[in-house]
Amino acid sequence: MAHLKGEDTAMFTRVVALAGTLVLTLTACGGSDNSGTASTNPDDGTQLTMWVRSATDQFSQRLVDAYNQSHKNKVALTIIPNDNYLTKVGAAAGSRSLPDILASDVVYTPNYTKQGLFQDLTGDVKGLPYYSSIAKSHLDVASYQDKIYAVPHKLDSSVLFYNKNLFKQAGLDPEKPPKNFDEILAYARKITALGNGITGWDLAGSCGGCNVYTLFPYAWADGKEVLSADGKKVDINNDSFKAIFKLYKQTSDENLVDSSDKTQDGATWPANFLAGKVGMLALGSPIVGDLLKQTAFEWGVTPLMSPDGAKTATFTGGDVAGIAATSQHKAQAWDFLKWTLEESSQVEIIAKNGDLPGRTDLGGNKYTAADPRTKIIAEGLKNGHTPFALPFGDLFNNPNGPWLETVRAALYGPDINKALADGQAKIQAGLDAAG
Amino acid sequence: MSPVTLTRVETGAPAPAAAPRPSRGPAARRPLTGWLFVAPTALIVAALFLAPLGVLIYMSFTDWPLLADPTLNGLDNYRAIANDDMFLEAITFTLVYTAITTVVLFAVAFVLVAISNSYRRGTRFYRTAFFLPYVVGVAAASTMWWVDAHDQLGVFNQVLRGVGLIEAPVGFLETPGKALFTVIALVVWKFIGFQVIVLLVGLQSIPEELYEAARVDGASAWQRLRYITIPGLKPTLALLTVLSVTGSLLAFDQFYVLTHGGPDNSTVTVVLALYNKAFQSFRLGDAAAEAVVLLVALVLLNVIQLRLLRNREN
Repeated sequence: MAHLKGEDTAMFTRVVALAGTLVLTLTACGGSDNSGTASTNPDDGTQLTMWVRSATDQFSQRLVDAYNQSHKNKVALTIIPNDNYLTKVGAAAGSRSLPDILASDVVYTPNYTKQGLFQDLTGDVKGLPYYSSIAKSHLDVASYQDKIYAVPHKLDSSVLFYNKNLFKQAGLDPEKPPKNFDEILAYARKITALGNGITGWDLAGSCGGCNVYTLFPYAWADGKEVLSADGKKVDINNDSFKAIFKLYKQTSDENLVDSSDKTQDGATWPANFLAGKVGMLALGSPIVGDLLKQTAFEWGVTPLMSPDGAKTATFTGGDVAGIAATSQHKAQAWDFLKWTLEESSQVEIIAKNGDLPGRTDLGGNKYTAADPRTKIIAEGLKNGHTPFALPFGDLFNNPNGPWLETVRAALYGPDINKALADGQAKIQAGLDAAG
Repeated sequence: MSPVTLTRVETGAPAPAAAPRPSRGPAARRPLTGWLFVAPTALIVAALFLAPLGVLIYMSFTDWPLLADPTLNGLDNYRAIANDDMFLEAITFTLVYTAITTVVLFAVAFVLVAISNSYRRGTRFYRTAFFLPYVVGVAAASTMWWVDAHDQLGVFNQVLRGVGLIEAPVGFLETPGKALFTVIALVVWKFIGFQVIVLLVGLQSIPEELYEAARVDGASAWQRLRYITIPGLKPTLALLTVLSVTGSLLAFDQFYVLTHGGPDNSTVTVVLALYNKAFQSFRLGDAAAEAVVLLVALVLLNVIQLRLLRNREN
């Protein structure tokens, strides 16, 4: 700066002033008009945009295609890789370039409602004739301070899948899935003994979300709350989780799982089971569509159980969809969301493909009821839980977060008790920090 | 490359100290014309660098939510850095990674330069082979290695098994040590081509006559290396050190794609840590403060390095 001559200084001042103006312009682009265009018929040929994460790609595409065929409005769907979804939404929210319709993993939703990403839909949702039968778990996470901001987009549920062919080969009864942790361990040993790269069990050792989805239900079934209803207290340092990690550590130590499981980050988790190389896999209803398509092996399903097998539970996961706060097409976007909840869409598009309807009154529809396996999954929803916490993604799904650190310390470290005590403290600290 | 011309310049006779400063030409007398010439660049710099930098600095003094209005919170974000274990550990890890990468890159580059600087057959093939990975994007290369390092799908394990070196898969990303090794191997594979090419240019710019004269005077191979090659290469080495250190301190893609900072947060770099803060935790103000700290550290480091570079030349 000291070398600047007179005119240079003047120019420098001008550049700084220009930059300052730009900054002010950027930050001032805030208060956009959210009123929306309320025409009499919302199906008026509007172009809508919608974002979903890749976990729901085909599911969302089927809904969007059917809507576009039967309506004047056209929804343009953008599918964003799971890992980049938070980033993309965060950046778009900052620059006010969110789509009209924004889907969100249920566990991230509280963060979005708190940040003001969605428009208030309370009146519209409560006005629906089937309001009382819309999946409550999803409406709960989509509500903030008694207002509803989103509706169920996709509903899924974690269960235990097993390969009946491998059960037969290992001398097990293919109609009798394991009922408790002792049976899981015993069956896993027998199936792994078949050799040829076949493993009895499968786990995702580098994936926080996977281990929420499949481990929390064991503890819920055992009567533990894990996360308090207000999302401010965590409880993982208990006997249930000690039993859960004892089983999982044993399957890992005895090589009843594939060696790649230590680095499994969720991206290729179901692949080994779908290839017929895994005996039992705790995962969720999203893979049912793929399982129904394949003919290489017979598969069965059973609920996730408490360690002693007394009770069962499931993680009711999936996605909700809401209208972004910045959208100028609220009426049209709601027309799409409402249409996805109608019986014809729920049954003929969603249930027909093996997915779960987002309304409890449609649980007994002809497609879900026709297959005993999808029926087991749908009926399991009555024991469904969806955890709530504002910083859920940051603490549990984040690959650098405290939950995955805890899981790995318990699975691959020397001391489960210490791992759980440390994890309890770190996760609780994270919840406290979020207020 | 600039270091080459620099070496040549210093061999020339130094200008007399008393010589008058050359005139700055007509442009100096008509500053407006000069400003017009630089205006496009100045505008681009202002819009794409200065303005975002201004936003960043402002952001670092605020609690900045995604949609609602930001609120100023003074130095809170900067104070929070001192208690942020992940960021502090990331600084240590990044420094260790930078040190190892820089040393390994040079060590491997010297061997490869020795191979490709000879006039044997196949030299061109080697040079091309060393350089090819450099044209692959870092993210693409990391994705390739992510697949290649996989226990079942990956070609690394298949090859090692095929030749009978290992029985069970290695698990290249399984432990902190192995993950760091894999990333460094990727970085060496990816960037060694550039390193070798720059070193070759530096090497070939040393006049052959110097070596001939040294041989006539009876200098040994070691003495020729010590008194001709290394001094002649100094500017090149300094340039490569600056590039390698700065690049390594800003490492992100390879860790984000290949290790996600794992296993057990053992490979979280500074940039990955602040990326997580901004886009996982949505603590934009804290992330901005960390970015400002990183920026200041890098500017200081580069000033020091450039000073050293200048000293070596004088």
